[in-house]
This record gives sequence, structure tokens and C-alpha cells, in this order.
Amino acid sequence: MQESTIEVRGQKLRCLQAGSGPTVLYLHGFGGLTESALLQRLAETHRVLAPEHPGFGPSSIPDWMMGTDDLAFFYLDLLDALDLTDVHLVGHAVGGWIAAEVAIRSTARLASAALLAPAGVVVLDVSITDIFLTNTEDLVRSQVHDPDAPATAAWVQAELAKPIDHVLQNRAALARIGWSPRLHNPQLPYWLHRIDVPTLVVWGEDDQVIPFACHRPYLDTIAGAELMALPKAGHALHVERAGEIADRLQAFHSGARG
Amino acid sequence: MKSFFFHLMPYGALDLSYADKYNSAWATLPNSYFDAKLGRSYYERYIGELTLADELGFDGICVNEHHQTAYGLMPAPNLIAAALTRTTKQAKIAVLGRALPLVHSPVAIAEELAMLDQMSGGRIIAGFVRGVGSEYYANAINPTHSHTRFYEAHDLILRAWKEPGPFPYRGRHFEFEYVNLWPKPLQTPHPPVWLPSQGSSETVEWGAAPERKYTYLQTFSPLPMAKKAFDYYREVAERSGYTAQPSQLGWAVPMYVAETDEIARREAKPHIEAFFTKFLRMPVEMRLPPGYSSVASIKSLIEQRYKIRSAATTLETLMDFGMVVCGSPATVRQRLAAIQKDLGVGTLIAMLQVATLPADLTEKNLHLFAAEVMPFLRELGADAPMAKESAVA
Repeated sequence: MQESTIEVRGQKLRCLQAGSGPTVLYLHGFGGLTESALLQRLAETHRVLAPEHPGFGPSSIPDWMMGTDDLAFFYLDLLDALDLTDVHLVGHAVGGWIAAEVAIRSTARLASAALLAPAGVVVLDVSITDIFLTNTEDLVRSQVHDPDAPATAAWVQAELAKPIDHVLQNRAALARIGWSPRLHNPQLPYWLHRIDVPTLVVWGEDDQVIPFACHRPYLDTIAGAELMALPKAGHALHVERAGEIADRLQAFHSGARG
Repeated sequence: MKSFFFHLMPYGALDLSYADKYNSAWATLPNSYFDAKLGRSYYERYIGELTLADELGFDGICVNEHHQTAYGLMPAPNLIAAALTRTTKQAKIAVLGRALPLVHSPVAIAEELAMLDQMSGGRIIAGFVRGVGSEYYANAINPTHSHTRFYEAHDLILRAWKEPGPFPYRGRHFEFEYVNLWPKPLQTPHPPVWLPSQGSSETVEWGAAPERKYTYLQTFSPLPMAKKAFDYYREVAERSGYTAQPSQLGWAVPMYVAETDEIARREAKPHIEAFFTKFLRMPVEMRLPPGYSSVASIKSLIEQRYKIRSAATTLETLMDFGMVVCGSPATVRQRLAAIQKDLGVGTLIAMLQVATLPADLTEKNLHLFAAEVMPFLRELGADAPMAKESAVA
């Protein structure tokens, strides 16, 4: 994929781009922006645009960024600035949470939304591991169903080889938006009904990071939302189950407006 | 050099085998390890030890704030300070410190310290800290706001003490329509402010700035690191057009005095080692939560300080690093004289009780220190005669 820099209201973002066709805006998860099997597969049938969230990677946390609500407005600004329409929004983990925050505010430029194991909601009585207290190695390994499978082993290795500066910066940026309440917005379930584009919720049944049970508030509140439940899948869906998800998204996007 | 007795009020009955099952004595260690029936006797004993220090003529006694940990049973240090205003007569009472980023109302801190200052007859010293990493887990405060909340809370507290009220305060983290202290503190313009820190250059620069000249305390550091921080303080002062006085610099260290070197080492060893290896135990993710410090300083802390700290686990190596002072009165006097000369500090914060050190040994330690070491220290590290007033102003 091609790396470029885009600028939205003075905020510079590193961005991965590839492909042509209907536009996918992909919002990355906890670990930051990296090329993944899912992005590559999506780029075969879509124009994929994957920005790095402000504050992540080599950047520093901007003063205006206090929470996911700010990021939601920022990405709405991005859609305006690039004048993107009929966008298929796809977000993973914290990116899925941000995608939901975007969509409850405005779906004017969206054709559909896909939330891949999104953070953002909690289900009482489901305990969630504190990822901030988890060391990098355990955190990476806990995201995949089978860390030794060839498809995932390379990803695990690449994650563990990331420069410490980026790992620390990604953790700090994540903490800025998700420290308290821990990786969710208690108000979000009250507004999910506003999402009025076709929505697909994808979750690994063995997700050790954000448990599968957390799909409920999304599925129950977004009208017509579909669930793609993946047995024997962990949190790193974009690595382990890229093919299945890309196929499903392609069909899903064909059915959605745009 | 002035002598202060610093008490952490640890849960001394901690079952040290906790470490086989849990990786920290902070935040995540289940409180099933706390025997509620023992709590009261610890508070009785520890308040008694602080009161004894006042009777023995210590210049000051110190309490501090930690949450959800066996390391210290003082989540609300002002409560202990309030008790001490009733049980002590002359010693300064230093709250070292209140963790400013953790509170939701800096005005409440200004109020409480003003009350304590009145109740103690002007004996309060206000220590301001950011709180160690674990506190951000225990208090659900966003560590990426740690610095900005600290500075903002500090500014608000100082304005509340100094400026006539009512006035409104509008900050990024705190907003008050009315700031109007009743009571004001007794000391004018306000109680002295001390900054306990582990030596971040940003804290040193900020504290040494001529508009503040706050007393800087270095805690838990190998001597070369402490010296570096104190030298930097003096350098910032010179650059700002004044000469830093010893009274602006303090050094905190666990200390044990006994009849002979041999007895001192034997008696202190298990307790000092438990302190550093069990009570201070925290995984790096807890010690340094994301955004608590800049990426560069987190990296350098991981690479330098924690390596030293994890290497220093025996009494002998801790003494070599200057992280513990232990011995006969003569040995301790000699060691402290050398350290005072090297560091140029005017205040010694002696941690004469740590971890599991029992009551009888703590009392002996306090008595021996007060009788055999403290008088000797008075002759060391005085401020330059002319400079004294401007340094404390």
C-alpha cells in the first residue's frame, strides 16, 4: 500500500492508501496503523483509505483531543475535507468505537458501517482484562486465537519488533481517549439508534481483549444490524480472518447504498 | 542540616509470600491480605511514633499519600496530619505530599491545608506531587493529564491562598465560579511548598524557578542521580540570577541506627530488603502508565533507573548505592557528613520506619538517631547567613 500524509484543519496524518472502487475509510485498532491482510484484501475491490489516528505512531497527542467525541468530529471533518461520499466505514477495536461515535453524529457521507470487535460499550458482569496493565508481549499474543499459526506468527513477530517509541506513544494516545471510563462511553448505547446505514458487527467468539458478549448493545440498538460471529477467532480479526471478513464486506457493501 | 522523620505507615503484617501469586503490592493486590483487626493497632502505633519524634526534638515529621496499597495506609494524609496537630507541639508537619492530579477539587486541598495550618499553629509544609504510576489505576485519573492537572491544581491552590476571594477560576481541568477560602492559612503568604520527586529535570526546573524557589526533595535514588538533580537545581538557580541555599534541597532515605554496625545490619536487613523488593514492587506498566511522562523520559527510566533498582535488592548493594544508610551512630554520622558535603542538602528526610520494621526496633532507631546523630547534623549544611531570608521567602 502507499503511504502518504493528509492534512485536516492543520492536523497532519500518516495514511495508507490503495485500490480503486467504492471508498473504505478504515479506522485502526489499539496497536496503531499497520498494513494488514484485511487492508490488502479490501484494496482488491475498494479504494482503501486508512489514516493513523491523531496522537498515534510518531505524532504527539493534539491539545484538542480529549476523547473519542473529539475524534468523531475530527473524522467528520476529514470526510468533509476530502469530500468523500458513500463511504463504507470500517473500524477495528478502538477504531470501531470511533466509527460508532462518527456514525451516531452523522451518516450523511456514509453508505455503511462495519464494526470489527469494537470497544466503546461494556456489558455488566463481563470482566475485561485491563490492557493498560498488560505488557506488550502478553497483549499481542492474547489478540490472536493461535499465535503459532503461520498466518499470525508473522504478525505477532512484527508487532513485538515495533519501535518502543511508537508502542509507548500508541499506548499514551489510547489512554488519552480510553483511560476513564475504560475504553467505553457510557452514553454511547443511548445514541446508537441514530445509526441509519446498514451496519455489520463482526466479532471473534474467543476474543480475549474485548469479549464476544460485548456485541449485544450494538446489535440490540442499531436497527437492522447484522452479526458475523466467528468461531475460533480472537481479537486480531484483521490478521487471522482477513479473507472471510473481506469477502463478507464485499457482499455487504454491494448490498448497501453506494 | 534539619532532621525530619518520614513515616509511610505501611501494612507491616503483609504476608510477603504474596509475591508468589501477585506482581505488585499496589492496586491489584487483593485486600484479603489486609487483616482489619490489625488496622487500628497500626494507626495507634504509627501516630505514636510520629508523636515521639516531636518529643525527641525532630525538626519535622512527614506523612504522605498513597492509595490501595500495603506500602502505606494513608490514602488521606491530611487525616493523619490533623491527628498530629493534636498530639505534637513543635515539629513542622510536612504532608509529602498531596497528589494534585488525583483530586477533583484543588480548592478542597487548599481548604484542608489552610485548616491544618491554623490547627497546627502554622507548622504545615505543603508537599505537592503527581503521585506514582499506580495511583492512576487506583483513582481512575487519566495519566495523560498528569502534568497539566498538576500545574493547574498548583496554580489554583496558590492563588486561593494568596489572593483575596472571591474570584472565579477557569482552567482546562478545573472550573470554579467562586474561590474564597475560609479559613486562610496562618502562615503568610502561605505554607512552604516542597516538591518530592525522583529527579525529573522538568520538575527541578519548575521548582527552582525564581518565582517559586520550592524546596526540592529527592526520593529513593542512587547518590549519583540525587547529586545530578541537586546540581541541576543549583544550576537553574544560578542561571535565574540567585544562589540556591541548602534549605531548598532535601534528601529522603531509609535509615537504621543501632549499637554497632553489625547489629544495625542484622536488625535492618530483612525489613529494608522487604521494603525494596516487596513493598515497592510494581510491574513497569503500573509504575509508568501511558502518558504519565514523555516517551523520552519513560524510555530513559526503563533503561536506567529501574535497572539499578532491580539490581539493588540486598542491604549491602542498597548501602553501596547510597539508597540506604545503616550502621552505628559513628558510622551513620560519618556517612551523612560525607553525603551532605557531596549533595549540599540542608534537610534530611530520615525514613526510620519502613516495611515490616517492628515497633521496638523503630523506637530504638528514633531514640538513637535523635540522641546520637541529629545534634551532629545541626552543624552541617546551614544556609549562607545573608541568603537565608530570600531563600525561604
